[in-house]
This record gives sequence, structure tokens and C-alpha cells, in this order.
Amino acid sequence: MGNLHAGGYSANAALRWQESLPWLVAIAAFFLLPEFLNLGARILIFILFALSLDLIVGYAGIVTLGHAAFFGLGAYTAGILSARAGINDPLIQLVASGVTAGLLGVVTGAIILRTRGLALMMLTLAIGSICLEVANKASSLTGGADGLAGITIAPVLGQFRFDLYGKTSYLYCLAILFVCWWFVRRLVYSPFGASLAGIRENNLRMHAIGAPVYLRMLAVYAISAALAGFAGALLTQTSQFVGLNVVSFELSGEMLVMLILGGVGRIYGAFAGPAVYMIAQDQLAKQFPEYWYLGIGSLLVIVVLFAKGGVLGLVDRMVSRIGKGRRS
Amino acid sequence: MDDFLVSLVSIAFHGAAYGMVLYVISVGLSVTMGLMGFANLAHGVFAMAGGYVMISAMSSLGLPYPVALLVAFIAIAVVSLVLEMLLYSRLYGAGELDQVLFTIGLIFISVALARLAYGTLQQPVMLPDYLRGQFSMLGRDFPAFRVFLIAVSAVIVAGLWFGVERTSWGAMLRAAVDNRGMAQSVGINTRRLFMVTFAAGSGLAGLGGALGAEIIAIQPIYPFANLAYFLIVVSVGGMGTLRGPFVAALLIGITDTACKYWLPEFGAFLIYATTVGILLWRPAGLFGRTN
Amino acid sequence: MTIALETRNLRKQFGALTVADGIDFRLERGARHALIGPNGAGKTTFINLLTGGLRSNSGGIFLNGEEVTRLSQRARIRRGLGRTFQINTLFRSLTALDNVALAVAERRGVAWNLIGRANRHADVVSESRDLLTSLGLAQDADTRVSDLAYGKQRLVEIAIALGMKPSVLLLDEPAAGVPTMESRRILEVLDSLPQDLAILIIEHDMDLVFRFARQITVLSRGALLAEGTPDEISADHRVREVYLGERDV
Ligand SMILES: Nc1ncnc2c1ncn2[C@@H]1O[C@H](COP(=O)(O)OP(=O)(O)OP(=O)(O)O)[C@@H](O)[C@H]1O
Ligand SMILES: [Mg+2]
Repeated sequence: MGNLHAGGYSANAALRWQESLPWLVAIAAFFLLPEFLNLGARILIFILFALSLDLIVGYAGIVTLGHAAFFGLGAYTAGILSARAGINDPLIQLVASGVTAGLLGVVTGAIILRTRGLALMMLTLAIGSICLEVANKASSLTGGADGLAGITIAPVLGQFRFDLYGKTSYLYCLAILFVCWWFVRRLVYSPFGASLAGIRENNLRMHAIGAPVYLRMLAVYAISAALAGFAGALLTQTSQFVGLNVVSFELSGEMLVMLILGGVGRIYGAFAGPAVYMIAQDQLAKQFPEYWYLGIGSLLVIVVLFAKGGVLGLVDRMVSRIGKGRRS
Repeated sequence: MDDFLVSLVSIAFHGAAYGMVLYVISVGLSVTMGLMGFANLAHGVFAMAGGYVMISAMSSLGLPYPVALLVAFIAIAVVSLVLEMLLYSRLYGAGELDQVLFTIGLIFISVALARLAYGTLQQPVMLPDYLRGQFSMLGRDFPAFRVFLIAVSAVIVAGLWFGVERTSWGAMLRAAVDNRGMAQSVGINTRRLFMVTFAAGSGLAGLGGALGAEIIAIQPIYPFANLAYFLIVVSVGGMGTLRGPFVAALLIGITDTACKYWLPEFGAFLIYATTVGILLWRPAGLFGRTN
Repeated sequence: MTIALETRNLRKQFGALTVADGIDFRLERGARHALIGPNGAGKTTFINLLTGGLRSNSGGIFLNGEEVTRLSQRARIRRGLGRTFQINTLFRSLTALDNVALAVAERRGVAWNLIGRANRHADVVSESRDLLTSLGLAQDADTRVSDLAYGKQRLVEIAIALGMKPSVLLLDEPAAGVPTMESRRILEVLDSLPQDLAILIIEHDMDLVFRFARQITVLSRGALLAEGTPDEISADHRVREVYLGERDV
């Protein structure tokens, strides 16, 4: 069975019942697992980050090693607005983070998307590294290696205070994720989304049918950057701290890992990957950090060699096998 | 003025030693990327492993330093050969993303194994006495170890160039980098060529990691921490060539040393910015073939 | 007769190798024109120069009377230039319908729509389906092209170009690698194309060339060797020497 959410002109874009599952699980978790809401909020944030990554990696076929640059810029924008400018309204911060990250996406994308393949990958890595250096050295603004503290976040819409248990954080992140998911899903099934698939599948032919390939890539790169910026802002707002790790290469790599483990280019892989990864990490990594990385590394190798499509790919295959069994 | 000159000489000297080590480590990556089109992000793992092998060979087995270096080269070459046959070869035709993730997976595994075996601390290197002192030349003192590094690397580089330019294996290699289909059709066993080349390149990385353990600290995060530099050497120099990465490695070694000395507040910023500039100007690198 | 496409003294070199040696060429409106020549003569390169995929070293290219030498590939395509590729250049994991629809959507200018649903663009979808149907691919519209038989993939290759509704169509060996039975199908398709469409076809299959073309140009080592009707060309001894001779014996 092929990928369910590949988009395109032949695809049926109607919502399927399965697509309500993540949201039902998220709402159930809110009521059933009140002691894990802070973790839950982090998971939602990383799902949003993974979703933004999926857009360029899975749909547009751009392999990036520096996506944390946009996440990090979003995180720092929100943090700096609060700690240095006293602007504490979360939604204003959120918008500002999306805008700055999106602009960085336009500027860097305009530069690097002229290249392809290895050079492009290297450029994403180099630009990510530059952002890390800047965040590290501009310590009067960012706090440098010590991190940026002294962040206060006003209640959402002037009503909902961020509480210790993470109730507000969780619902706030859930709401933002929902809006972004809706947008991404529309994008994937749109003519624009179809043209991204075309670019991924055959760049040469896209040029030959007269598509403005460069501008399309730039557009999706900027959109993805803005979404990553939103996610970064959410992390700042829910943790009220920004550390250098939000711009690190390790984070870029780890997000790619979460995405691939979930399944790339299928929207809900970006849900499954971070959820499974972060819950497992929460349970295992603290006691056995070495074994955690050993396990993740081995899993990654196995997924790439034997289980293309990640968790969701496996589910697809199981479902189609059961389906076949029933029909015969 | 004289102070400036002294620091200039010292920077050039330290930078050259660093650059040579970077080259010995990265040259194998340049060849595997050029030959097999494989983005092996885990190349630094071989360098780190070479460092650990050397350190263990000296501390546990009591082997002398030069022998330990040789052991590092051989051990890494053999291990990488096994990895190539079992794992890498399955992904030669695969997409970039698969290669990237597979090799990130290898990095995770090796980082974890290194931590389990050696802990997170940086491993000290027991240099023999004859490499510890100073070495006088032209009325100036140079640290003997850096002189040794430059000399040994130069010998390796010379051997490598001889191997690629003058031997029949080198001729096959060049033909395969040039046009793989053509090489295959004239009867070159590219499968075996890949294996041997991969092992040799990885062995060199192991040797480079062992040689450079004083400069690039051997610790579990090594493959992540230095990945960008190895990749920059290859992509700026131009993959599939010997000369390009050599020039790039020296440039980076010297620029990085100079920046740390004169402009510490910039950190590695200049290196990355230059990399971006060069790749935009020449996406295939300084010496890479365009097209 | 109006000229659809013209080149004047078109030159291109790859290093020391001259692949277009001052080519003066005219393609008339509604033409059925074949470009033949031995392997490596520079036929594909000529098409790449026309579409702007490659830049010429000197000379001029005119499309429907307008100079396009310095225009981008995209700008030329928007002025009515369409092409197919010698080696299948398809969106392999997409359906045949999507392959065609991408081209149709670009032409209709809907591909920048970020939010609307692609499958609700009934104009694009039905035009693409009709196009596939007209090529006998109605059954295959929803199949991934990588799962189609090679001959059908060649037809999709043409369908994409037709989706662009070009006024000049450049076909680079449309029947390359296709068994004779199926190449007949391709010929039928070509015969059914609109009469005012100017077609330049590169082809090695002389049967197909002589059945389809009303005008033939022979290219050898980047230079025009001969031009004329099929009868003139088959009678031309120079052509026999460099080209037909090699093959017919
Ligand atoms: N990008 C390139 N760089 C260098 N040489 C090239 C390039 N593209 C083509 N060539 C050379 O130019 C010559 C013409 O190639 P071209 O593909 O145009 O030939 P052709 O007439 O289409 O041949 P065929 O019938 O085999 O398709 C060949 O010798 C080819 O090797
Ligand atoms: Mg050709």
C-alpha cells in the first residue's frame, strides 16, 4: 500500500476517521494523565516542529541538517521579547517568532536553494552552525552559554495563566498545533502541495513544464521555517527558559530521527515519531543514557535498512495485510 | 612587528599541523562521496575509534606509540570493511535521506559504545618522550610533536597520491570516479574496488584520529562535534578529488587557528561564513567538477 | 507558411567538442519535421538549446517571431514550447493523472494555490483525464507511473508535454526502446495531434520517420548536412554515407 497522505490531484482529500485519533488521544491524555501534562506539552511542541520538518524533507524532498536554526530563532525571539523588551503576551510573541523565523527562512532559503544535493545539505549545516555561533556569542541578547532566563509569560488571551501543572501549556500548545496541522494538511492536498511532490520526484521535469521551481521551494522553505519558529516560541513560553541547545546540530539531527522513526512524508509520522520517542526517552533515557542512544541508533539503522516508512509504514503494511486476509 | 611575525609563524605552523590531520581524516570521505555518492556522516566515527584504539593499545597492551598508530589504522580498516559489506553496501543506491539517517544512527551507536567503554571524559594521550620536547630549526623552537605530525602526514599524503596517480588500483579508482558505468563496462570490478577504497579511507581516518588526538580531543561526542569540519573539508575542496580537500583542509586549519588566536569572539563563525560563500560560488567545491 | 521556430547560426561547444556548429533551422507552423543523425550528432543538445535547458554560446533562437535567445526556460515554455525526453523523465511515484495534471496546473496557473484542494480543481482533473483517455490511457490514470509498462510510460511522457498545450512540440525519440507493436501506438497518437501544432521529432526508427515526417533534417557532428522531403533525403548520397549507409547494410 502506498502512502495515504501523499496529496495530489487523484487524492481524496476528505478527512478519514483515523485522523481524529491523535486529537482524541491528546484530549484523553489531558484528563487521564494530569501529572504528565508538562511532558505532554513538550511532545506537542516537538510534533509541531516535526510537522514543519516533514513539509520540506518529506514533501519537498529537501534534506536539511540545520532546521533547528528556525526553531531556535523562534525560541530566542519569544524569550528576548520578554526578557529584554518586556513584551510578555504569548500570542504576540508567537506571531513575532513565526515572522522572524519565516524571514530567516526566506533569506537563507534564497541563498541555499540555488544548490542541490550534497552542497545544499552542507549549506543547511553551515547556516545552522552560524546561527549557533551567533546565539553563543551575542550573549548580551541571548545569555550565551548560560541561557536566557528571566522570562515571564502573560496569561493567554489575558485569561489563562500558565500553571505549574502545565494545564494551560498543554491546551495552548494543543490549540496551536491543531491550527498548524489544519494548515499543513490543506497545503499537502493543495495544487501547491502537488507541485512540491513534483519537484521532489523530478526536478528536471518540473523545470521542463515551466514551474517556477526555485520560488516554490523558497515558499515552502519559508513556511516550514515559520512553523518551526512557532514551535520554538511555544518551547520558550512553556519552559520560560532558552538554552543554546535549541539551535544545536544535535537537535536538527534528533528531529530528523524522530520524523523518520514516525514515517516521513505522511503528516502523521510527525505525530507518531516525537510521541513515541519522547515518551520512551522520558522513561528510559534518564536511567540509562548510553543504552538510550545505543537503542535509538540501532533502531534507526534497522528502520532505514528494513522498515521504510517508520512506525506508520509498519501500521500501513499490517492494515493492508489484514485487509487482504479479510477479502480473501 | 616582530611579535606579529612570531605569532604569524606559530599560527601557520599550528594551523598546518591541524590542517594535515583534518586532511588525513577527511580524504577517505572525499573518495567515498565522490566514488559511491554516499553521504557518510559517520566518517568521524572511524577517526574517533582510531583514537581510542591507539590509546588502548598503548595503555592496556603497552605497545609503543608508532606501533599503536599502525594498529589503529589496521583495526579501523578491518572493522570498516566488515561494516561496508554488511551495511553500507545495501545503501549505495539509496536516497540522500536514508544515507543521512543511517549514518546518524551509526553515530548514535558509536557515541553510546564509546561512553560505555571509556566514560565521557576526554582521553589523555601518552606521547613518547622524544615527541614531547621542542625542536630547533632556523634558530627557532618548534614543538616536536607538531613537526612530527606534519612530517608523517606529508608522508601519508605523498603515499596516497602515488597510490592514486601511479598504481593500477589508482587508475581503476580514477576511472570509476569519472564514470562508474564506463568503468564497469570495461571490466573493472567496482564492487571490490569500493570495498578496498572504503577500508583504506576509513583506516586513514582512524590513523588521522589517532595522530590528531592531541589536537582534536578523543571523547564520545567526537563524531558529532567534528562532523561539520570533516564535511566542510570535503564539500569546499570538492569531493572525489585528492587535491581539493588538501587545499581546503589546510585553509581551514590555518584560518581556524588564526581566528582562535586573533578573533576569539567570532568563534567558528568565519569558517562557516566562508564555507557558505564558497559553496554558493562553486557548489561542487573549489576543485570539484561542475556538471 | 508562418515560421513557428527558427535558429540562426546557433553554436554550442562542450570544451573542445562542437555540438552545434552554426545551425540555421526553421520549423513551420503545423510542421511534421524529423531531425535525424547518428548517435552523438547533437540532436538532444539541439533540443536543450531550444528549450533553454542549455545556453548556446552564440546565435539566435526565435519562437513565433519573437527572439527568445536570452529568455529563461520557463519564459520560453510560457510562449508555447513543449518537449519530451529521450530517457523517461517522469514523476515516478505519482499517478499518471498527477503526472499530466502537474503540467496542466502550471499552464492554467493554479499551482500557487496553497489551501484549495487539488482534486476539487475539476477543470485540471478533467482536462488531464481527457488527455490520458485520448492517448488510450484511461484505465491507467490512477496507477503510479513506475508501475506502468514501459510503452505506456513513453505515452505518459508525451501526455505531460501535451498537457502544456504547446504550439511547438519537440519530441526526443518518443519510441526509443519501445517494441514495434507499441511504437505503432505511439505513431497513431502522433498522427492524431492537432494539425496546426508544429512538431519536431528526433527518431532513429526510419520506418516511423518516413511515415510521419513531411520534412527531414539531417544533423551530423553538430552541423546540418541535408534538408528536404523524405524522398529527397533518401536519395541524398551524403546522407546515405553518414547515416543510412551505416544502418541499412
Ligand atoms: N553536458 C555535456 N557535457 C559534455 N558533453 C556533452 C554533454 N551533453 C552531451 N555531450 C556530448 O555532446 C555530443 C552530442 O550529444 P547529444 O546527446 O546531443 O547526441 P544525440 O544526437 O542526441 O545522440 P543520441 O542519438 O545518442 O541520443 C555527444 O558526444 C555527447 O557526449
Ligand atoms: Mg539524444
